[in-house]
Amino acid sequence: MNRALSAIFRRLVIVVPYAWLLVFFLVPFFIVFKISLSQTAIAMPPYVPTFGLAEGWSALFGRLGELSFENYVWLFGDPLYVNAYLSSVWIAGVSTALTLAVGYPIAYGMARAPSSVRPLLLMLVILPFWTSFLIRVYAWIGILKPEGLLNQFLFFLGVIDQPLIILNTTTAIYIGIVYSYLPFMVLPLYATLEKMDYSLIEAAGDLGCPPLTAFWKITFPLSLPGVLAGCMLVFIPAVGEFVIPDLLGGPRTLMIGKTLWTEFFNNRDWPVASAVAVILLIILVVPIVFFQRAQARAQEAGR
Amino acid sequence: MIRKTALLSAVSLAATVLALSAHAQERVVNVYNWSDYIDESILEDFTAETGIKVVYDVFDSNEILETKLLAGGTGYDVVVPTGTFLARQIQAGVFQKLDKSKLPNLENMWDVIENRTEKYDPGNEYSINYMWGTTGIGYNVDKVKEALGIDKIDSWDVVFDPEKLSKLKDCGVHMLDAPAEMIPAALNYLGEDPDGRSAEQIAMAEELLLSIRPNIRKFHSSEYINALANGDICLAVGWSGDIFQARDRAAEADQGVTVSYSIPKEGAQMWFDQMAIPADAPHVEEAHEILNYIMRPEVIAKASNYVFYANGNKASQELLDEEVIGDPAVYPDQETLDNLFTTTPPDPREQRLITRTWTRVVTGQ
Repeated sequence: MNRALSAIFRRLVIVVPYAWLLVFFLVPFFIVFKISLSQTAIAMPPYVPTFGLAEGWSALFGRLGELSFENYVWLFGDPLYVNAYLSSVWIAGVSTALTLAVGYPIAYGMARAPSSVRPLLLMLVILPFWTSFLIRVYAWIGILKPEGLLNQFLFFLGVIDQPLIILNTTTAIYIGIVYSYLPFMVLPLYATLEKMDYSLIEAAGDLGCPPLTAFWKITFPLSLPGVLAGCMLVFIPAVGEFVIPDLLGGPRTLMIGKTLWTEFFNNRDWPVASAVAVILLIILVVPIVFFQRAQARAQEAGR
Repeated sequence: MIRKTALLSAVSLAATVLALSAHAQERVVNVYNWSDYIDESILEDFTAETGIKVVYDVFDSNEILETKLLAGGTGYDVVVPTGTFLARQIQAGVFQKLDKSKLPNLENMWDVIENRTEKYDPGNEYSINYMWGTTGIGYNVDKVKEALGIDKIDSWDVVFDPEKLSKLKDCGVHMLDAPAEMIPAALNYLGEDPDGRSAEQIAMAEELLLSIRPNIRKFHSSEYINALANGDICLAVGWSGDIFQARDRAAEADQGVTVSYSIPKEGAQMWFDQMAIPADAPHVEEAHEILNYIMRPEVIAKASNYVFYANGNKASQELLDEEVIGDPAVYPDQETLDNLFTTTPPDPREQRLITRTWTRVVTGQ
């Protein structure tokens, strides 16, 4: 009896996340996918066909025939969209690499710090989340603008005699993304580095391996799951990032988040905007699947 | 039979109770207006007089409002889209016709504005004018004088002549990220019909805009308020009221930044923010009451004195502060008024061409 109950309970526990995915991911995705197969119209909602059971099942199936992949063909007919996707992936990729370069030493330092100060360091990494993301990004405008804090400081040091134009360039976007997503990189890295057995490094040292070689041969390979998790956590949201390029970026930066906004709000073309979103999702799903595979493999290797 | 009667009376009792409770409920009107666009005491006065509670929400772009309206079921009773957006929304069936018998204060409205808003809302059947303004040039007086040696800007030359604009490049130029504003302005400067949207006309506007693009630091539709007020930029093509806001903020901050607004002599686009009632508004009666209240001369005058926008209410004009009615940037003289132009909403195909052109102007792609 007890065993039967616990089996039911176990099933229930599995059902909850699946139900969550179904209701909050799969159903919305199919709604967006359906809209992406529609055509734009001046109506409420602004596309046709719309589906309702008011006209009966046969009419509903009749409408299915009105759906088409036209909007997807459109996306490939204009280089704008492909360029926007490529440029988003590029910006996200560069930002991820930069975040890794900045985040790894931080995580490493934290993991090697005395265990009594680690909670404090962890707290400091999480602390920025207590302030609104929007306000933190906005604050960078004050730092980076031509008469901003950074330029004033550099003037004071005598490093520059002309203000650096950083705001409204791609550099500002990189700074914004690295700053905003740094905790997402540091936390998984810290988690793997903290668990690492440092007697391995000592053993390497005893056997005459220089510290740098030991790092690349032992520490880094062992931290790979953390590196991968951190990179995915930064890369995936960065591809679709909208706020940072909108506030810090300049006119020349083309990103898919902005393109989607333009389609949705300026062209009022919900179907094309939905098609852009579906393709963006496909671009993102590939690294996610890759990530999950790698994680599963790492878990198996760990056993 | 008896049971049926009992049932019926139970039903009617329930209905009565429901009706009573609905009646006893406080009356509400849900208003969705632009941010920083009213003297809030007007809403308090309205509630004090009528007992209708005003739930007041704000938005900051026509696109956000439109998306909500097109999705339907917003729960708003009064919304305030700009004319060009209103026209398309009427077509999409978003609004209900006003019951003019409930709006006796319509007689206060200004025919000059009503004639122009007919372009968006024929017969003004769906909307009343709240405020109107222009799209012109806001600038930092001292920095422009330093760069160009002129005391005031009175022509679009400063923006559309690449040689002149390049002198302002370093101190910073912002432009509205709104093709519906910038393409008509460019066409008007070229001597074309500002409402033109043939492929050739759009291409002409594109060529002009591309020629000045390297001198523009940012295309954005709201950031210029802060940027002008803080002295971060020296020129912005923007909406009159926003630039007045920048002017006032700069004056308040007292950091030596003086902002001024110009309606260039070649003419500028005139826009109208119209109050309308969504078709699915839950409180139609109350919506009419607040519209009628806002059309009282003393009420709308109070709003204009507060936000520094011109309104479409003739009777309110004698109640306006001198710094509002006497400011030609707010209430232009007849000659300037004759030079102001309006545009009509493009159809979806034209819209796509315009947006695509604009993306090329902004991103170079």
